[in-house]
Amino acid sequence: MKRNWFLLSSLAFGYAFLYLPIAWLIIYSFNANKMMSVWGGFSTRWYGELLSNEALMSAAKNSLIVATLSASLAVIVGTLAALALTRLGRFRGRTLLTALTSMPLVMPEVMLGLSALLLFVTLQSAFGWPERGLGTITIAHVTLCSCYVTVVVQSRLSQMDDSLEEAAMDLGAKPWRVFMQITLPLITPSLIAGWLLAFTLSLDDLVVASFTSGPGATTLPMAIYSKVRLGLSPEINALATMIVVLVTLALAVTYFALGRTKQSSDRA
Amino acid sequence: MNFWQLASDVVFRLFRRFEAMGAGLHRRRGRYLVVAFPMLWLSLFFLAPLLIVLKISFAEPEIAQPPYTPLVQLAAEGEYKSTLTVSTESYALIKDDDLYRAAFFNSIKTAIISTILALIIGFPMAYAIARARPDQRLILLMLVVLPFWTSSLLRTYAWLGMLKDSGIINNILLSVGVIGAPLHVLNTDWAVYLGIVYGYLPFMVLPLVATLVKMDLTLLEAAADLGCRPLKAFFKVTLPLAMPGIVAGSMLVFIPTLGEFVIPDILGGPDTLMIGRVIWNEFFTNTQWPLASAIAITMLVLIVLPLLVFEYVQNNYFSGKRRA
Repeated sequence: MKRNWFLLSSLAFGYAFLYLPIAWLIIYSFNANKMMSVWGGFSTRWYGELLSNEALMSAAKNSLIVATLSASLAVIVGTLAALALTRLGRFRGRTLLTALTSMPLVMPEVMLGLSALLLFVTLQSAFGWPERGLGTITIAHVTLCSCYVTVVVQSRLSQMDDSLEEAAMDLGAKPWRVFMQITLPLITPSLIAGWLLAFTLSLDDLVVASFTSGPGATTLPMAIYSKVRLGLSPEINALATMIVVLVTLALAVTYFALGRTKQSSDRA
Repeated sequence: MNFWQLASDVVFRLFRRFEAMGAGLHRRRGRYLVVAFPMLWLSLFFLAPLLIVLKISFAEPEIAQPPYTPLVQLAAEGEYKSTLTVSTESYALIKDDDLYRAAFFNSIKTAIISTILALIIGFPMAYAIARARPDQRLILLMLVVLPFWTSSLLRTYAWLGMLKDSGIINNILLSVGVIGAPLHVLNTDWAVYLGIVYGYLPFMVLPLVATLVKMDLTLLEAAADLGCRPLKAFFKVTLPLAMPGIVAGSMLVFIPTLGEFVIPDILGGPDTLMIGRVIWNEFFTNTQWPLASAIAITMLVLIVLPLLVFEYVQNNYFSGKRRA
């Protein structure tokens, strides 16, 4: 293909735009000067301060708990919805389920957070339950994330040839067994992708968590947000750098692991 | 018996149990179980809350816990009937107060400008990615998606540091001599557009790449053979064929931008009015729950529902065409 300078430069511009802020986050995390606009030499001091910052660390722990729980539950809810929408043909409430799984995707986060909180407040004044905290954040996150999982799993299920499932059914396998032995292994990559997506969304969410959280339950984005409002801080840069490194590693591992299973299944 | 044996035994029995259940149940009932769980979850935690928001938007604010008046006042002792109070005060306030109108107008303006900017930056990128060799394309796509997996809050914060008057962008521009005095970008609308385009660019690029990859390149050759200039071929052939991707990408940027809170709050000035921020402030700062609910419902009815209907119609149109 002949080189098209316009396309190449727009690619370069686009990627520079995407990665410049990340480069800034990483470089300035090693800045010894607390005044972020002046370079004061190389230092890893902020990483030490970050790791000994108990508020941020406990918020990070909370976020990991919430994200793990929400992603796992969201995969269950989302996969069931995807199965219902792709494998069950017509059933009563199909339109409703389609609407319920697609509306949260386009609903502004503020709206989701506000409505979830008002539900919890209403339930609380009626039954004295649930207490607002990490549990309510998790419930709200599952609701949002399961819709993303549905999209991911649904696209895999609808691309998939269902003749294997039909063959198993014809040979007398019960639906549950067909699911466990045929459908589940085939959709596992999309379940992993859906889980990762849900995990990231939950880990990243500020708005819904702020609405649905209760006293004392602070997630990482909430802690970062309250720190960011006070101004720049090299500790936040150090935190961002650690997140970027972890995410890159996790994606690389997933990519190679999935790539290998794909290759081995191709060979088989 | 050690722990793992015990655990695997329990799991095994559980599976057998489910299997037996599946076998015992009529096939239709198994199907209902698959439908019922997601349906119940989403009805309880998504649909019911929307109805509660609708209900509270018709209440009046009150200094109490929770801070709104109940719609239905059950008969107390000594009274003989329950009362139903529906207040449209919040909606009247939204209709008459300039602040809320400005917030709606500004959100739509911001969403339109950001979407157009994202399209201008995203389209050439997507075009180049779609025309790259397949192995390069995968890496280029991964690189577009990668920033999305890191915290959007932190990436917005990065712009806060870079755009400051004493930030790196102003420092570089000053030292090169392009500008004489620092540019005040932070706390303006342009900082908000920049942050939104930055945050949502992957959502624009991915659908565009998906449609551009499927495009039949022989159509362009045919156009060239028939004497069509490249630029004209682009507008007559490429652009119409990319339309589904353009629409999908624009929707994916436009809709979340309307209710965006984080980016305008961090990069916009204290006067940047957007609906998401107004709802947040009415709720957290002013404890005006009925008003916040009414704004949310208004946003839903005026903006989100029409877009949903549009998308539904459009999807049916495209899938209908594909089937034909």
